[in-house]
Amino acid sequence: MPTEYTFPDTAAKNATGEFETEKMSLSMGPSHPSTHGVLRLQLELDGEMVTKCDPVLGYLHRGDEKIAENMTYNQFVPYTDRLDYLAPLANNVAYAIAVERLAKLEMPPRCQAIRVIICEMARISAHLLGLGAYGIDVGAWSIFLYTFTEREKLYKLFEELTGARFTTSYTRIGGLQRDVPEGWTAKVDAFCDQFLPILDEILSLLTRNKIFMDRTVDVGIISKADAIAYGLTGPNLRGSGVPLDLRKDKPYSGYEQYEFDVPVGAKGDCYDRYLCRGEEMKQSVRILKQAIAKFPGGDWYAKDAKKIFAPPKDKILTSMEELIQNFMLVTEGPQMPAGEVYFEAENPKGALGFFIVSKGGGVPYRLKIRAPSFCNLSILPKVCVGSLVSDVVSILGSLDFVMGEADR
Amino acid sequence: MAVIPVSRKPLTLLERTYLPQIAGGLKTTLKHFFAPKDTMEYPEERPAIPAGYRGVPTLVFDPHGREKCVSCQLCEFVCPPKAIRITPGEIAADAPTAHVEKAPKEFEIDMLRCIYCGLCQEVCPEEAIWLQNVYTTSGYSRAELVNNKQKLYELGGTLPDTHFKWDKKKAAEEGGNAH
Ligand code: SF4
Ligand code: SF4
Repeated sequence: MPTEYTFPDTAAKNATGEFETEKMSLSMGPSHPSTHGVLRLQLELDGEMVTKCDPVLGYLHRGDEKIAENMTYNQFVPYTDRLDYLAPLANNVAYAIAVERLAKLEMPPRCQAIRVIICEMARISAHLLGLGAYGIDVGAWSIFLYTFTEREKLYKLFEELTGARFTTSYTRIGGLQRDVPEGWTAKVDAFCDQFLPILDEILSLLTRNKIFMDRTVDVGIISKADAIAYGLTGPNLRGSGVPLDLRKDKPYSGYEQYEFDVPVGAKGDCYDRYLCRGEEMKQSVRILKQAIAKFPGGDWYAKDAKKIFAPPKDKILTSMEELIQNFMLVTEGPQMPAGEVYFEAENPKGALGFFIVSKGGGVPYRLKIRAPSFCNLSILPKVCVGSLVSDVVSILGSLDFVMGEADR
Repeated sequence: MAVIPVSRKPLTLLERTYLPQIAGGLKTTLKHFFAPKDTMEYPEERPAIPAGYRGVPTLVFDPHGREKCVSCQLCEFVCPPKAIRITPGEIAADAPTAHVEKAPKEFEIDMLRCIYCGLCQEVCPEEAIWLQNVYTTSGYSRAELVNNKQKLYELGGTLPDTHFKWDKKKAAEEGGNAH
């Protein structure tokens, strides 16, 4: 039995004669384990109850958009790794497609298939981390270890494909850094096969877990209307029951060829968002299986785009014409027409958009990044009010954001 | 379009006792307890590095011992964080590789700036700069972490060459059909 707290006689009373407590202001973050990076929440508390929540952003601001104006399109690829650094491959692909749309360049089927495969792998790895971190947030440590073991297998595959585990920088405007290595797709296939039972096991630790459900069910409810009004995208939007998935609605990179379902939630609480992510991983495996089964041969870069994609290395080494072409491409950048383009891709965190204004040449005049995490965070002042401090932790984890792209 | 609502059924009475979860959790834990280890005793054990790995950038010699870099400075230009600094130099007129004309006098890569992106290797028209499989760098001062030319060649060593373009060029010149 908790003992009843008795207010001292000197405590202030409000108009109706009840004792009034002072509001407390609490800074949660920027270095707080549950804020997943450098997010700071300026909370106003009435006891344990949150009465106001002001997110303070910008601690990780690097000025990526301005940096992009000072380098060629290809030089900016490594910077896209560092947006949503939990899914660098998906960022690479979104950026490359955005610039290619500017040049009205279509990729050959093999390149498109590779891009779909790496996007879905990135989605699985990002959701695995999101899930693991969410487990820790609500007190389920082992989940984190199991998801990281799986994630490590994916990282090994990324390493083999791109040469780096984390900062992949894999796409180029008009193609890729290199073709897939021998036998790589078979390894991805083998990963998928062993992954599904393990995923089921991991999810079974949470899905019907009473403690987990007590922490998430009916916590942080975002209504359908709010989700749309605040510009939420990705699993956070779908968790609220809006079936928007850019892979279905505006297919890119050949997504229309693959069969998959879009999981949506019913209530829009933390539990729904968790369920959606879990199901999305299974759908990603489905896409991976299909993409590998009909993995096309042929070119993996746009061969005719001589002013955009570099010539093959042995040609550069042996022929004067290609040597000069290489020099021009590196120093001037891939040649783009003047114009504007906006392209959004369905990233693990939501719709990652690039708006590019070009005045022609190899350097963007202006590049704007629509970061899904940034927009998803905008709902915090609304959704946190009226919840307990411990629920804020639960809500933050369920929104699964990355400050690297929110602050960019 | 196939949209599937996620299923969320209320907990059954049994599930509310938390007993099935405890049993399930213990089963998973026990399984992992007896499963082979997923971790590695680094640094005694080291992970296998796949081909094409992007480690520390290095400079290389060709199999005849000629330094391949001709200090064209393309890598210096492309490097996004501006980690490379090259001072071009001439090759002495009496050297056997005099026809290559240029080689770097000084070549520095600041490993505190380098982001291991591999663009330098990608653009190099001589295949002279390679990101190889060294992935750990450490030092006690900032100056120590700037790799100079000597260090870069020590790290790089000799790589096989398939083209020998400068040897071919020399042969062509001597044969009298230089362009
Ligand atoms: S390493 Fe290659 S790109 Fe860099 S200066 Fe030397 S030859 Fe040019
Ligand atoms: S790997 Fe990238 S950052 Fe490092 S020296 Fe080469 S171009 Fe510069």
